[in-house]
Amino acid sequence: MRRLTPYLLALPGWMWLAIFLVVPMVAMASVSLQTGNAYDGYAMTFSFSNYGDALGRYSTQLLRSLVYGALATAAMLLIGYPVAYWIAFKGGDRKSMYLFLLLLPFFVSFVLRTISWNFLLADNGILFGTLKDWGLLPDDFHVLATTLAVVGGLTYNFLPFMILPIYVALERVDPRVVEAAQDLYATRVGAFRRVVLPLSLPGVFAGVLMTFVPATADPINAQILGGTGNTMIGNNIQTEYLVNLDYPTASALSFTLMAVLLVGIFAYARALGTENVLEAAAR
Amino acid sequence: MRRGALGDRLLHAYTWLVIVWLSAPIAVMILFGFNDKQSKSNTTWQGFTLRWYAELFEISDLTVALRNSLVIALVSTVITVVLGTMLGLALGRHRFRAKGVTNFLVFAAISTPELVMGASLLSLFVSANVPRDANTVIIAHVLFSLSFVVVTVRARIVTLDLSLEEAARDLGATAWGTFRQVTLPSIMPAVMAGAMLSFALSIDDYVVTSFVNGSTVTFPLWIVGAVKTGIPPQVNVMGTLIFGVGVLIAVANAVVARRRA
Repeated sequence: MRRLTPYLLALPGWMWLAIFLVVPMVAMASVSLQTGNAYDGYAMTFSFSNYGDALGRYSTQLLRSLVYGALATAAMLLIGYPVAYWIAFKGGDRKSMYLFLLLLPFFVSFVLRTISWNFLLADNGILFGTLKDWGLLPDDFHVLATTLAVVGGLTYNFLPFMILPIYVALERVDPRVVEAAQDLYATRVGAFRRVVLPLSLPGVFAGVLMTFVPATADPINAQILGGTGNTMIGNNIQTEYLVNLDYPTASALSFTLMAVLLVGIFAYARALGTENVLEAAAR
Repeated sequence: MRRGALGDRLLHAYTWLVIVWLSAPIAVMILFGFNDKQSKSNTTWQGFTLRWYAELFEISDLTVALRNSLVIALVSTVITVVLGTMLGLALGRHRFRAKGVTNFLVFAAISTPELVMGASLLSLFVSANVPRDANTVIIAHVLFSLSFVVVTVRARIVTLDLSLEEAARDLGATAWGTFRQVTLPSIMPAVMAGAMLSFALSIDDYVVTSFVNGSTVTFPLWIVGAVKTGIPPQVNVMGTLIFGVGVLIAVANAVVARRRA
């Protein structure tokens, strides 16, 4: 009985993950190779050309998603690192208060936060409308429906996921190590570059992983802030699945997206010299 | 030294600037829940009113969507916490054969993009002719919350002192008694944290839900559907109330944790 305990404990959760995570992936792989139409149904024909067709139609959007995801991730790193640094080294006994304030947006639904930005940035809304009334902006000035709006929205929505892991890594850095570097005549910049920065890299790694993947695959920001000219691959997958009911194309697109992201993650891990992606991400 | 102090002050101001930026949409959401708007669109400030608080439940399908979200969040949280705690106990306390595979599954569930998760679930449901409704939404929500509960509970269990449980057994407690009276109370903070996290993840989810909801509409889905026609102020009010309750619970939790420590 005692030997069975771990199996009995693990079984229900394990089954849930197997049936609803692994089996669906297999189902999606199978659907992606089928042909047919929404009215007569789809049948398996091992049609690998589905991938070529899907990519041919949506390569622009796929590429755009990767570029937007990368731009947003870079912006989050630039914006977030100094914040994490300051809280970790100078936050004193108010560290948890600052972290709580950074997490405040998470108490508002993701969708609602994005809509609030739509609202704030509206062409004649409370911000730009006022500035236009004062004659500070030209009448045709707009941010909505531009690349800036979508990348800005992604940056805004995922920023805390970048700050937190960097903060955790920096918090572990012993201030005496930095003092030692300075005692040994390192400049402030030198001490940062040669001591603090390398020690914070695992946090940067985790932060990039936690933000790039969801930002690239996110359909909401493009849908609410992007207008018609900035659709990302997530929007196309949703439309193909839910509006066009073209399940094979949609499945092929989803698989391609996942494959591209996985390859990206591993290439990134190699480049950074991290031996074990799973381990670094699990931190 | 002077240069360092100036740099620190600049960084301090900068940190606050980022916090203000992050909070700006929340302020807008709360403010426009009080806007006495006359026209259809709610984008310019037209005066203060409490009307939308009084007429909170006037839009019946919005109210249904909010209720769906609450019920789905509640049910999926209960399932997630039970399954996740069991799995976390197994992974944190025991050695067994499928442990490596299980750890991998837990990690895979966290790292799969929401979009792919929703798309693959829909592929399964379509292939197997499963009708999409509140049940399929609950299945999906348990799936993406489960790993977070597992990770939280496992992290707590590995720090526990085994000798407490051994002492309980030595004093004649049954295995179940030991679990209920010794193990469970000591992992309770992690279980509660996992429960709050899965509730929050569930009530907030749009992407995965949009694939598997069928004709069941949740709060986030209703809001996205209403973007084109204009978001009614009631949505702001509901968002404000959810925000308020969430912050209250978080602060209360922090205060209790500090007292215990």
